[in-house]
Amino acid sequence: MTQWRPPLPLVGAWLGLLALLALTVTLAYVPLGTGNSVVALSIGTIKAGLVAAIFMELRHRSGLTLIFAGAGLFWLGILLWLGLMDFMTRT
Amino acid sequence: MPESFAFAPQYASIPHRDHTAELGMWVFIATEVLLFGGLILTYFVYRHAFPEDFAEGSRRTEIVIGTANTAVLLTSSFLVAWAVEIFSPDTARIVTWLLVGAACLGLAFIVLKGIEYSKEYDEHLVPGVDFQFAGSRASGVQLFFIFYFIATAIHALHMLIGICLLITLATICRTAPTTRHQTALRSGALYWHFVDAIWIFLFALIYLPGRSSS
Repeated sequence: MTQWRPPLPLVGAWLGLLALLALTVTLAYVPLGTGNSVVALSIGTIKAGLVAAIFMELRHRSGLTLIFAGAGLFWLGILLWLGLMDFMTRT
Repeated sequence: MPESFAFAPQYASIPHRDHTAELGMWVFIATEVLLFGGLILTYFVYRHAFPEDFAEGSRRTEIVIGTANTAVLLTSSFLVAWAVEIFSPDTARIVTWLLVGAACLGLAFIVLKGIEYSKEYDEHLVPGVDFQFAGSRASGVQLFFIFYFIATAIHALHMLIGICLLITLATICRTAPTTRHQTALRSGALYWHFVDAIWIFLFALIYLPGRSSS
């Protein structure tokens, strides 16, 4: 009886997420100037991507589901883009 | 797996019903993305205005508890994803235990969060209750902690709702599971993973800035 075992992609994603967590905490202590926040947010995005693709099963989905899942991100993009445009470009 | 006996007249079939349920969950998640998105927008605006103060505030947070909580949450998400993958009448017992395990990890997250809050209370870092901070950065650090408490409290509320959801699903899955229960489990799992994904970003924004400088 093997059907209760976790599929390998799930185990891989879990271990990968824990490794990325260790990496991001370690890199937070390395002085990189403004690079620190870029690294922290990039690793965060990769982790969220792994959660969405493997835990939330989006890699097995297509069409309508991906559009529905992407819509939230699209609106978030507009919110952050227009909301931050002034602050990011002000001199 | 046994099909449940009925579905509402607006659906053409059981797969149609299940697909619609999944899309509905994604619509709900989109509204949640915008709720946390607004919080994160304010964070960026204030961090841009007070970069040094935010780094200072961030250094006062408990990174050991924050990191442990991230690992706890990632592991609970893994258990829930595992339960969804193996869901069938033959594995009902294991699915139940996986969900109970995930709920216990969720509770562990809340307990650690409580310990963190009490430490911050002892250090006079709670704005509006007992905030004291020496030096010129007091107002910016206070802004940081206002964001910190609002964002983590809203997240913790989501965790509590999620824990109730996992316990309910565990109870349902103990008895003979049908495709309908499977759909409920998938929707609940999407919510739990989403709360995990939000924490990943809160962790990066709250605990990590300013660690490499003093």
